[in-house]
Amino acid sequence: MDGELTEALVRTRRFFTRSRVSDDLRTLHKVGGREADSFYRDRWSHDRVVRSTHGVNCTGSCSWKVYVKDGIITWETQQTDYPSVGPDKPEYEPRGCPRGAAFSWYTYSPTRVRYPYVRGVLLTMFREAKAQHGGDPVKAWAHIVDHPQRAKAYKSARGKGGLVRATWDESTEMIAAAYVHTIQKWGPDRVAGFSPIPAMSMVSHASGARFTSLVGGSMLSFYDWYADLPVASPQVFGDQTDVPESGDWWDAGYLVMWGSNVPVTRTPDAHWMTEARYRGQKVVVVSPDYADNVKFADDWLAIAPGTDGALAMAMGHVVLKEFFVDRQTPYFVDYTKRYTDLPYLVALEPAGDAHRPAKFLTAADLPEHAAEENAHFKTVLVDARTGDLAVPNGALGHRFGDAGAGRWNLDLGDVDPRLTLLEPGAETVSVELPRFDDVDGTARALTRDVPVRRVGDRLVTTVFDLMLAQYGVGRDGLGGGYATSYDDVEAPYTPAWQEAITGVPAAAAARVARELAQNAEESKGRSMILMGAGTNHWFHSDTIYRAFLALTTLTGCQGVNGGGWAHYVGQEKCRPVTGWAQLAFGLDWARPPRQMIQTAYWYLHTDQFRYDTFSADATAAATGSGAFAGLSTADVIAKSARMGWMPSYPTFDRNPLDLADEAAQAGRPVAEHVVDQLQSGDLRFAAEDPDAPENVPRVLAIWRANLLGSSGKGNEYFLKHLLGTESSLRAVEADEDQRPREVEWHDDAPEGKLDLLLTLDFRQTSTTLFSDVVLPAATWYEKHDLNTTDMHPYIHSFNPAIAPPWQTRTDWDAWQTIASKFSELAAGRLDIRKDVVAVPLLHDTPDAMANPHGVVRDWKLGECDPVPGVTMPKIVEVERDYTAVGAQMGALGPLLEQLGTTTKGVTYDVARAVEYLRGKNGPIRGGPADGRPSLVEDIHACEAVLALSGTTNGHLATQGFKTLEKRTGTPLHDLAAEHEGKQITFADTVAAPVPVITSPEWSGSETGGRRYSPFTINVERLKPWHTLTGRQHFYLDHDWMTELGEALPVYRPPLNMGALFAEPEIGSTGELGVTVRYLTPHNKWSIHSEYQDNLFMLSLSRGGQTIWMSDRDAAKVGVEDNDWIEAVNRNGVVVARAIVSHRMPEGTVYMHHAQDRLIDVPIAETSGQRGGIHNSLTRILVKPTHLIGGYAQLAFAFNYLGPTGNQRDEVTVIRRRSQDVEY
Amino acid sequence: MRVMAQMAMVMNLDKCIGCHTCSVTCKQAWTNRTGTEYVWFNNVETRPGQGYPRRYEDQEEWKGGWTLNKRGRLELKAGGRLRKLLTIFSNPKMPSISDYYEPWTYDYATLTDAPAQEHTPVARPKSLLSGEDMKIEWSSNWDDDLGGSAATEKHDPMLRKIADKVKLEFEQTFMFYLPRICEHCLNPSCAASCPSGAIYKRSEDGIVLVDQDRCRGWRMCISGCPYKKVYFNHRTGKAEKCTFCFPRVEVGLPTVCSETCVGRLRYIGLMLYDADKVLEAASTPDEHDLYEAQRDVFLDPDDPDVQREAEKAGIPRDWVQAAQRSPVYALINRFKIALPLHPEYRTMPMVWYVPPLSPVVDVVKDTGEDAEDQGNLFAAIDALRIPVEYLAELFTAGDVAPVDGVLKKLAAMRSYMRDINMGRDPNGAIPQAVAMSEEEMYDMYRLLAIAKYDERY
Repeated sequence: MDGELTEALVRTRRFFTRSRVSDDLRTLHKVGGREADSFYRDRWSHDRVVRSTHGVNCTGSCSWKVYVKDGIITWETQQTDYPSVGPDKPEYEPRGCPRGAAFSWYTYSPTRVRYPYVRGVLLTMFREAKAQHGGDPVKAWAHIVDHPQRAKAYKSARGKGGLVRATWDESTEMIAAAYVHTIQKWGPDRVAGFSPIPAMSMVSHASGARFTSLVGGSMLSFYDWYADLPVASPQVFGDQTDVPESGDWWDAGYLVMWGSNVPVTRTPDAHWMTEARYRGQKVVVVSPDYADNVKFADDWLAIAPGTDGALAMAMGHVVLKEFFVDRQTPYFVDYTKRYTDLPYLVALEPAGDAHRPAKFLTAADLPEHAAEENAHFKTVLVDARTGDLAVPNGALGHRFGDAGAGRWNLDLGDVDPRLTLLEPGAETVSVELPRFDDVDGTARALTRDVPVRRVGDRLVTTVFDLMLAQYGVGRDGLGGGYATSYDDVEAPYTPAWQEAITGVPAAAAARVARELAQNAEESKGRSMILMGAGTNHWFHSDTIYRAFLALTTLTGCQGVNGGGWAHYVGQEKCRPVTGWAQLAFGLDWARPPRQMIQTAYWYLHTDQFRYDTFSADATAAATGSGAFAGLSTADVIAKSARMGWMPSYPTFDRNPLDLADEAAQAGRPVAEHVVDQLQSGDLRFAAEDPDAPENVPRVLAIWRANLLGSSGKGNEYFLKHLLGTESSLRAVEADEDQRPREVEWHDDAPEGKLDLLLTLDFRQTSTTLFSDVVLPAATWYEKHDLNTTDMHPYIHSFNPAIAPPWQTRTDWDAWQTIASKFSELAAGRLDIRKDVVAVPLLHDTPDAMANPHGVVRDWKLGECDPVPGVTMPKIVEVERDYTAVGAQMGALGPLLEQLGTTTKGVTYDVARAVEYLRGKNGPIRGGPADGRPSLVEDIHACEAVLALSGTTNGHLATQGFKTLEKRTGTPLHDLAAEHEGKQITFADTVAAPVPVITSPEWSGSETGGRRYSPFTINVERLKPWHTLTGRQHFYLDHDWMTELGEALPVYRPPLNMGALFAEPEIGSTGELGVTVRYLTPHNKWSIHSEYQDNLFMLSLSRGGQTIWMSDRDAAKVGVEDNDWIEAVNRNGVVVARAIVSHRMPEGTVYMHHAQDRLIDVPIAETSGQRGGIHNSLTRILVKPTHLIGGYAQLAFAFNYLGPTGNQRDEVTVIRRRSQDVEY
Repeated sequence: MRVMAQMAMVMNLDKCIGCHTCSVTCKQAWTNRTGTEYVWFNNVETRPGQGYPRRYEDQEEWKGGWTLNKRGRLELKAGGRLRKLLTIFSNPKMPSISDYYEPWTYDYATLTDAPAQEHTPVARPKSLLSGEDMKIEWSSNWDDDLGGSAATEKHDPMLRKIADKVKLEFEQTFMFYLPRICEHCLNPSCAASCPSGAIYKRSEDGIVLVDQDRCRGWRMCISGCPYKKVYFNHRTGKAEKCTFCFPRVEVGLPTVCSETCVGRLRYIGLMLYDADKVLEAASTPDEHDLYEAQRDVFLDPDDPDVQREAEKAGIPRDWVQAAQRSPVYALINRFKIALPLHPEYRTMPMVWYVPPLSPVVDVVKDTGEDAEDQGNLFAAIDALRIPVEYLAELFTAGDVAPVDGVLKKLAAMRSYMRDINMGRDPNGAIPQAVAMSEEEMYDMYRLLAIAKYDERY
């Protein structure tokens, strides 16, 4: 080695150590005498390990080991005890991610909310007012909020520090007083609650939801609001969202990751993708940037943001041409005949020289069938064997009514559906079709010939023939306007046409389409598209998704393990959905609950509608009828509300409790009274005048959520109008000619609508800092709860590693405290009241047959009479005992035995489960809930969720399938038979994650231990989809779908913010900076706003708000990596540091989602205010077609359908700012 | 032959998603305490990128590891050990805190305590060293997801060597992740650098530890380690490093970083090696031969001679059995798809890596048509975005042939398995083309893809 002298010196070392020095003197080995290691041994030691997980906003559903030493939580590592998925597949262990691994930091962190807090100025006033009013807290609250100056004093202080400690008693008294006063003066529907994603902690979600529902408040939806709801799913499948577990990615032969950055957003599941590649799966990534998942791809298609629909349409063109026209692929043809609407007939209406596709032909159009039950909801096709018309089983019309019993199935019998009417000598006509493929989305039209047939005096064609026309795939014998070849750049939707839009080479688009289809043909449907927020958060995402779903449906991949759509953003399957729903909405005590679409709620109540400088017909098609001309988006919302399509709370411009009293005094049924009042104009819908003081929300409770630091699109509008505090809003209100026509306009927009903002949380967020009252919550390691996801098939538990520390309480405990206080104060003021609840027309009920053919009929315009439950909402009277709410919270109510439970149209008899719970949880003794099963403890609530759901109670699953069999006439209950006797208990979920039971609550099957894939029950057991035809829909014939040109899959570019809001054009560089597309993808260092404030995540990232931009854009405005920049548009201002990377495409910046303003955000030069959050640059834009209701699958259900809070069409100007920042 | 046992790890970079869960669970368990704020026993680097501490691979600067002197004998690159002893009070070759990063926190309490004021309260960054306000300008993971950066490109020792192969432009972007722990080397230069003899290699399992009682804080180990995986605890004044989670390993649990790896890419296993051959192997003249030389040091646990010698050396039978079952042995010596990190440092590192595949490079700008045969959907490996030269700089001292060989095996496995996946007859010519049998290829597939818990550890 080194040299002799050195060796001699080093050799002496041997005499000073007990270690053994190697003969060559390189190294020493130590034997025995390991006391020096004791530090590390001691550090590793611990007293116990507790199973828990993380309870909101993450689909991971990872079970964790929480380590406790000396009564202190030390750290966490993942559980590895998931039941095996089989010997030849990878396992789910270990599930987790760096965010979850850092959670325990919160327990003792300085951002922990340890005590109740109230804003000082409010608390002082409340104490004074209480003293003035003889200690009456309700009068004290009224004294403050009903007095404009006093109200302004505390509202304008929101978000500006000054929170002071209060006791639980005092703060909950103030909260209860606010609820009592608001319900008494304004009505229960002026109270709202917001907490998302029940699957991740069902009991915590149910806590406040149960209270809100029992008092008659509105629970706000979240799936649509988060823009995670893919509206295409209700449109195509009639299902909210049902997707494969991640273990089913393994089964795919071809995987396209499209807008879903799996390693970042599905961290615990990503291994299934990396491992499936070794099984010979090909992986393609479509992404604008070199995203984390591109690393794993075989091909990367670098697409221009928001143009995904164009690529998908071009791929559809290739699939239709090569696999349906050039060659009729037997598997695809057979699949689409059985399981899609492709063979169904659509009537054509004359339009000038051409025709336009109109409504589905139904049994009502056929004289021999017209008299049948629900004839308008039974669709018609041509039987290839006879050439005659046929009305197959399985349509919506078979789902309800006596005659349909046993016929709601996909059994075609002898019928062989004909896909096309094209045959030698067939008559053809020219149809006019919409197109929007100019860069600015201008509506134009084109014509293409289709084969037709005459039925009576109508011309009809098939959906398949229309699809080929729409996609531009010509056939021999058919003239008129078709694409000449793949190289035809002018004709939508050729590969060459899309290249100009997306930047993806035409040949690559064609090749990927061909490979996907070939793989599907060979594997019988095992091609999968894994999609997510990148393609789902756009204004026109429903069109993007329909173009995706066309690919997976045409190729027979839906309802097949390893195939179909795999949409993962926000859906988070609450597997025991039925049990959770009973608890959360208080369905055991009163029905129906109020459930509101949150996007429309905030669009109106944060006054974003006042800043819309365009009309609702800005997005209409050239082939439309002009139905939206002159209407604003607010007008369309009001229209949808009064027609009963979408819910609308507050509903009327009057307290619904008073409305019930009036009807009683008049001695009339309340519905009649309401109809009369509406017709006379004495009563109006609140949505028609959202800024009137009587129509605004007054109390908002938020738990498990961060509205103001995360999900609130149009953050500055919230601050200004809802809260009445400082904002950085820069937009101007609409000019007079752009304002709503029917919705009232107030010259002075209200500021500070909300009287009470209440938040329960364990950490400080923007929402807590802007709240009037903050209650300290237990963390996920301090309580019992349940957790499921769609990513895996298990249910597992939360358990307290320590008791809630300081003055924190579990959500279940806190809301019972509030409820008891509320009931106490309600006595003598509210007591027992009747409440008038307006219920929209609901999906999975006969309401879905309210509007034959999806024809719009507005009673207000005299197009029909106002008939509750048909042309307007149902009007239901509900009795509420306000003094009993506290008792009802902690006990399971009697409506369960009386009415059963209903999920997706299947009603369950749960008497046996209730009896079981009475034994398991023990009965309540005395009071309004005497003898009812207890829900006092969180474990009681867990047991109730488990006992009342089919997925966790095999008896109910079997019963539900037997009930369904009567309607379908096909065998189903064997799917759950293997588990009929199984009742999963909470103790089971503590021991290990437990696989769930196949249940009619979902569309797929886990029977026999198979991987869950949606719609396998539909495909294998011929159970219809919950749609008009009972099949998967390519064609949607509702009036408003036609109006927007979206009856068929179509490409629509991102909104043109220059045209709509006079923002600069993308790519332009001016004095103010460079204008770029502003995208907010999910963050690697947080789960929404959680963890972005966590020191571990901040240390691994750049430690504060950042915006990623390309090196090319940065150079244009002199920005270098880590420079402070400002991003400004009309909606607000963001101050952040730049991350400059060649990984980003030119013209687009990413400000990763949910970066709250609490960490390292300076004062903005532009506004002089604290810099904003990512949503300070966004705002709400409502798409009219999302407001459709009362028609087949386009009918409301909570989080099933509603306008989305999309935010990706936005642009911003970026500039370098002074590098000296102030805070 | 002198048989010794060594705990070793293989990380399959082809599966690494760069999530850093390993870093967080490791830090939570071991180094979230005063004095080690900046210390990450386990860290994950985005490549291209400078790593942590930055530019640690630049041994021209840091002089870590070993080198061959003029006479072909192994010596510490920082100079002979005599020189070490002479410069003990002024160690010149050590990264400063700015090369790691200045750890920070925030004044979080302000959020709750702020009095009524004009603006929304905000938590500002504060140095954990000085307590002062600071602008955050570097961290242990500053390069995250950049795939290299123009701001630091010229300082990147890896890119410098292959500048003609890599352009940091959108169309050519590539990146992958490199998780790193202590290499627990067979020939640890940290131990050889320690004047106090405080760093030792455990005789039973080869885990390299710092004796906390003997450490005098000279910090020669920090200089000596070319991987910069020994850290200085500024509170205790002693060196600390990854312990291979010995308190867990001793009771049969895998390391924290391995068990919590959600990419399921870490394998732990026992390797038997011939301690008598280490010096000779580490002294192999040609850097390109170091990889094979180290493989030759490993002993075949199924060889009866080895078993006999192991028994003589006092290695228990169940340890020999563990070596036979070792997934690490299979990946390194049976399938030959794992490679050592920077063998040219001559420390004989014992954390090895399977190099990553990547997408093809031409799709962004070209037509996307490729000339593959119909049934095989995968492109040729010479079209991949990650330049094989870059990987060779990491794993084979710049020799592209072994890396090429591994990538071909991975690609062949995918082609072979695709036929099986699609229900076709498997094609034996595919494994044959990479000198493997069908059974071997299938076994390799199971170990890489299915990789159950007890097969990984």
